[in-house]
Amino acid sequence: MEAITAFIDQYGLLMAQGTWDTIVMTVLSTLFAYVIGIPLGVLLILTAPGGLHPHRVFNSVLGWLVNIGRSIPFIILIVFMIPFTRAIVGTSLGVGGAIVPLTVAAAPFVARMVEQSLAEIDGGLVEAAQSFGAGTWQIITKVFLVESLPSLIRGASITFITLFGFVAMAGTVGAGGIGDIAIRYGYQRYQDDVMIVAIVLCVVIVQVAQSVANLIARKIDHRVK
Amino acid sequence: MIRLEHLSKTYSGRTGTHQALRGIDLHIEAGDVFGIIGQSGAGKSTLVRCINLLERPTEGHVLIDGKDITAYRGKELAKLRESIGMIFQNFSLFQQRTVLRNVMFPLELRHANKREAEARARELLKLVGLEDKGDRYPVQLSGGQQQRVAIARALANNPKIMLCDEATSALDTMTTHAILNLLRDINRELGVTMVVITHSLSVAQQVCNKVAVLDEGVIVEQGATAEVFGNPQSEATRRLIAADKGLLLDEYVAAQHEPYMGVPETPASAIAAGVINAADSIQAGNPAGTAAILDPVREAKGGDK
Repeated sequence: MEAITAFIDQYGLLMAQGTWDTIVMTVLSTLFAYVIGIPLGVLLILTAPGGLHPHRVFNSVLGWLVNIGRSIPFIILIVFMIPFTRAIVGTSLGVGGAIVPLTVAAAPFVARMVEQSLAEIDGGLVEAAQSFGAGTWQIITKVFLVESLPSLIRGASITFITLFGFVAMAGTVGAGGIGDIAIRYGYQRYQDDVMIVAIVLCVVIVQVAQSVANLIARKIDHRVK
Repeated sequence: MIRLEHLSKTYSGRTGTHQALRGIDLHIEAGDVFGIIGQSGAGKSTLVRCINLLERPTEGHVLIDGKDITAYRGKELAKLRESIGMIFQNFSLFQQRTVLRNVMFPLELRHANKREAEARARELLKLVGLEDKGDRYPVQLSGGQQQRVAIARALANNPKIMLCDEATSALDTMTTHAILNLLRDINRELGVTMVVITHSLSVAQQVCNKVAVLDEGVIVEQGATAEVFGNPQSEATRRLIAADKGLLLDEYVAAQHEPYMGVPETPASAIAAGVINAADSIQAGNPAGTAAILDPVREAKGGDK
């Protein structure tokens, strides 16, 4: 009991700050990644062969860009992007400095997730919407995004958890967060207690995120009776 | 009302070209329930999709109320499609919308006043006998109920024309009958012109006043339903009639053409005689004829497996 109190006294604030930073970085970069990724995913579906506006060249070029984005290891992307990050947020350190590379790394991933979710929609629904006079924009907003919403939310939980892992890597180049604490205190200073508490916190955050996403997805999915 | 002139549709892919429709000429008059009947792959679905331009014809013209719509695009096309309702084999209801919001969908597209749209949707649900199901989701309904919702949705914009693409093919016999009755009522009471795509002779006979038989992208025969099926001129039509009776074409043809040879001695002519008798009794409106037509055939085949 005393040991716990002593631990909290010594590291409580640090761990709380780290946990908060990690959550903020993950949530914001997930959000920004979707802002970029949803339009990309929609464009991939629209321009695909057999899509509403098939365009082979555009589709291939976009596909390549997305693949290039996905093939650069994140730890390298952070370093490579430092000048760009500085230009956008004024620093490459801290929460702000981490969000830029996190977003850039996640957007292509999100584009593929969104593409996947939209591809699952029954083509008959798109045709039905067209038969009532729906234009492309109406099909995107009233059919694509509505019918695939449960799938999009499940995808978002996967993105969130992937980015959660990336945040720990960003921590090693000055972003802070719970992963950074685990490395600096747990690994470099041999403080096993800090390491273990950090790991437990990570597990709890991921579990909670996944459960909440599953709950929401199930709640809003009307395909099950 | 709907006029198709020299309509052709060719698909070209990596494996070569496929001519789905060849030189279709068709005139569907206001108030018709016009059947387009043919086997799978005959081009029926492509043909009906040319009417609301879900498919663009490669050649020829589509005229609706005398106006050539073949080149319509954008707003003009959306406007046209508002006046043409459509229902589908698999209902194509939006799974994440309630029944009510499915019916409101076409009204939402043209930014109709929400309260009026809802009132209109409720009125339509009443028309199809589902006024108490507005807050359900499609998955909670039976196939027949889902198709009723789709019919209500297709009527939302007060269309002059309704396209039915194999609308009863996923339904059992009793439900099919009920849905066809509903379509006929809509035709009679609301004056909606219907184009009914089907592979089933009995569906065409139940609702259509006129039919066209489509075979390999060509219309081989058309006219009043009773005439076309009562006196078939083409092999394709005969094949459809035979299929409806559960026979292969040669069995059906044998039954039609076997001359009467007094007391039948061979099993083959016995079958033929039985089939002819049964066919007569079917025409006389005796449903027991269907069994009579099949039983001798089954026996001769050495029993039904």
